[in-house]
This record gives sequence, structure tokens and C-alpha cells, in this order.
Amino acid sequence: MARIIVITSGKGGVGKTTTAAAMAMGLAQRGHRTVVIDFDVGLRNLDLIMGCERRVVYDFVNVINGEANLNQALIRDKRCDNLYVLPASQTRDKEALTKEGVGKVLEDLGQGHDYIVCDSPAGIEHGATMAMYYADDAVVVTNPEVSSVRDSDRMLGILSSKSRRAETSAEPIREHLLLTRYSSARVERGEMLSVDDVQEILSLNLLGVIPESQAVLNASNAGVPVILDHESEAGQAYSDMVARYLGDDVPMRFINSAKKGFFSRIFGG
Amino acid sequence: MAASPVPSKSASAFELKADAFTLPVIRLLALDMDSIAVELEAKVAQAPAFFMHTPVVVDLSALSEADADVGFPQLVGLLRGLGMIPVGVRGGSLAQQEAAKAMELAILGDTFKPRRREDGPQLAAEHAAVPAPDPVGAVATPESPAAPVGIETGPTLITRPVRSGQRVYAAGGDLTVVAAVNPGAELMADGNIHIYGALRGRVIAGLKGDTSARIFCHDLQAELVSVAGHYRVSESIPPELKGQRVQVYLDHEVLRIEPL
Repeated sequence: MARIIVITSGKGGVGKTTTAAAMAMGLAQRGHRTVVIDFDVGLRNLDLIMGCERRVVYDFVNVINGEANLNQALIRDKRCDNLYVLPASQTRDKEALTKEGVGKVLEDLGQGHDYIVCDSPAGIEHGATMAMYYADDAVVVTNPEVSSVRDSDRMLGILSSKSRRAETSAEPIREHLLLTRYSSARVERGEMLSVDDVQEILSLNLLGVIPESQAVLNASNAGVPVILDHESEAGQAYSDMVARYLGDDVPMRFINSAKKGFFSRIFGG
Repeated sequence: MAASPVPSKSASAFELKADAFTLPVIRLLALDMDSIAVELEAKVAQAPAFFMHTPVVVDLSALSEADADVGFPQLVGLLRGLGMIPVGVRGGSLAQQEAAKAMELAILGDTFKPRRREDGPQLAAEHAAVPAPDPVGAVATPESPAAPVGIETGPTLITRPVRSGQRVYAAGGDLTVVAAVNPGAELMADGNIHIYGALRGRVIAGLKGDTSARIFCHDLQAELVSVAGHYRVSESIPPELKGQRVQVYLDHEVLRIEPL
């Protein structure tokens, strides 16, 4: 059976979809058969980030309703043969996701894949709870600011009570923290929570710290998961994060701001 | 004006509102009134304060003989004699519900959302595991839209962080938390509350009015502390006490926060 990973946060705009796309691409590039599912029915975005928006024919809700089979709805990524995208429906609402329907799709996908990455919508309502219900792992995406930390804390409470693993008293979901949009310079100026500040409240296994980067926006606009931008710090940080998820011991990078030299200060490097 | 179906705001003597309450449920597994009496008395002896003047609901859904005579007069008398206030029944056959109505008990709807897995073998297993009406298992888990309350009876120990939106209630006893209590989390206990991690949420000791209940914590950053209805919000906690080891207690109706 595939391992099911939910990318969740509670708060919107923190980088869930960017993370889902990067993590799925990272896992696939390391040879794991991976599928990434957009649970944000009605506010479909993952297809844009993955750059497959012009190839969407059938979607997740079509499959749940039996209007299409999985092979018709899955979109194979052009850059990596191991990666498939299951897009959300833009014309339905989240009530179209039923517990039984989602469970059946995940079970069918589990036969042919190693990892299923679920991109959760924001909020703690039906769509978000459906995305996390069957999860084995949760990556809680958090920005270093108080409202995001509180929403993540709330989401962690829900993960521990409303998932299938919680309801069947199975081994609990493995929870990981991913800090995104981190700016070490702003942390040093006291304008942003530090890794330690966030960890003091959430006390979770830290999977990675993704620095704030223009490369993320550029990648989204181009429809290329940022993990493919090997030059950028964000891309490298996502590669590290995937390696850590798979059990490699990789030191944290980009947490401390490089002391700027005289020239870079003058030339704004 | 008197005929107006919508009374003006200033004239109304009451507001009609819906609210959800958490009540202990006594789930009958057998109808032998003598053994019910013996087991109930033993339970009440363990925590007399918890049952005194406590409204209770009798759940008939687990009874195997659907139309058996429950003997409501005796049952109600027994519960009242032990200090409880029987308010209603849940489940049971129509005949049983009629008998309950005759004793002025309310018929309460099934508050549980249909959970398919609850039927069948799992339910039977649950019965086997709970031979007597056990307050821990029997206290209703509210399925209301409000945040779920983890209800425990007697001394309770929590070892994982209590996160935003989570609520823990230790009925009839003390509550000890050896992890952090995060902003937006809520702890309640009828007795004392001890917190060994950072306290950033809301804490209510002496929920049922025990004025001798106290709160002890290692790192006070609470949003609200309350003992027996007397409370202080974060804003009215002196800054020099923030981050300190303190106890919170009632001294002649005044809530005191004192460094330890």
C-alpha cells in the first residue's frame, strides 16, 4: 500500500500547494511512484503549479462519482515519468468529497503507487478533514508568524482526533513541521518568529525550513515545481526536506542569514 | 402592541436560545434493579461530589429485551435517592418511552451522528468491556458543533500538548498536564489543576464551585485563569508574574496569584 501524506496548515496562503508540488516531484525524482491529489475542490490551483492546467479532462470528483476512471483522470507529468497529478474539480464544491468515495480512490491509487500526496484546502472544514482523514503522515506547513502557528496548532489537534487512525485507535499519524517563507534576516531584526519560537509552541519533528524566495513565485508563474530550480535556496531546501522525509540525515540550511560582506552590502547582492 | 407577534426588544422578559450540555449517561445493560442499585451505590461512593445534584440521562439503547418493563418508578427513586436528578431517557422501544414519559422524563433524541461502524460486532465488544455503568465510559461525548471535550473522571493525567481548540475536563477530580497548554486550549477540572509545561491557554479550576480548588503552574502565560467562577484574563495578570511559577487560589472571594 502507498503511504498517504497530507500537506495541511489550517491557514491559507502559507505554501501548501507549493509544498505538495515540490514534495511530490522530489519523491518521484528519487524513483518513487507518486501521485499528488488536489483536494481544494472549487479553488483548483495545483494544476497551475504543476503546469498541467491545459491537460485537465476529468477530475477527482468525476472519479468519485464514477463518471471517469482513474486512468482517464490521472495526468502524467511531462518532466518525470513517476509522477501523476489528480486535479480537483473547479465547478463543484467540497461536499462532493465523500468519505467513502475518497477512501475508494485512495485505495485504488495505493495499488500502483508508493506515495500519495494530498494537497489540503485551507480551513478546518469538510475539504480539509477529507484530505487528512486517511493520512499516514502529515506535513504541517507553517509561516513564522503567530496566526499561522496558532492555526497549525489547531490543525494538529484535529489530526489527532478526527483521522481514520485516531478513530480506529491505530498508530497515530506521523506529524512533521515545515516552516516556509522563513527570512533569517527578519528573524534577527525581531520581526519574525524564529525556528525555536515556533518549535516551543508546536514541538514537532522539524522536516525543513524553506527560506522566503522570489524563486517560489517565479516557479509558480511558470508552472514548474520550485524543487526543480536547483539554483534557488528554496529549491535546495525542498530537496533537503524530501531527503529528510525519506530518512536521510541532512543538516538544516538557510536558518542563519549569511553575514553580508562589504561589497554585497554596497551592491545589494 | 400586545397583539404583535414580535415583541419589542425592551419588552421581552426572556431570550430563547439553544445550547448544548454535557450530561452523564447511565447506559443500562441489564434490568435487574437490585444489581443496578448495588453498582450505582458503589460508583457514587467513589465520587459523591460528582453525582450530587447532577442531571443524568438513562440510555436504554443497549438493552437486549426491547420491550421489557424498565421499572421507571423504582429507577427514578433510586437515582434521586443517590442525589442525582434523572432528566430523560434515550433510545428504547416506544412502550419504554411511554413509560418514561409517565414518570415525567424527557425523551432525548439520538445525539450521535450515524456512524455505521458502531453497529454490529463492535458495539457488542464495547458492552463486554463495560460490565457496569462506568462514569468514564458513560459520560456522553457531546457531538455538538462546539469543540469536543475530552472528559475524564477522577484524577487525570495528560502527557501530550493540549493544542488550540482542544478542551479537557476532569470531572470530580484533579487535572495534571505535564506538557504545554497552547493558546486557545481550555482545561477544566472540578478540583485542582497542575501544569508542568508552559501555560498559554485557559484554565478553569473548581468548575462546579469548589472555592478551595487551586491552579499550579510552572510558566504562567495564560489567556485566562479561573477558580470557582472568579477569573482573570491575561490583561489583568500583573506582568511581573508572567513566565513565573505561581499558584492561583481564592482568598475570601478574591482571586490571588502568588509566586511559588
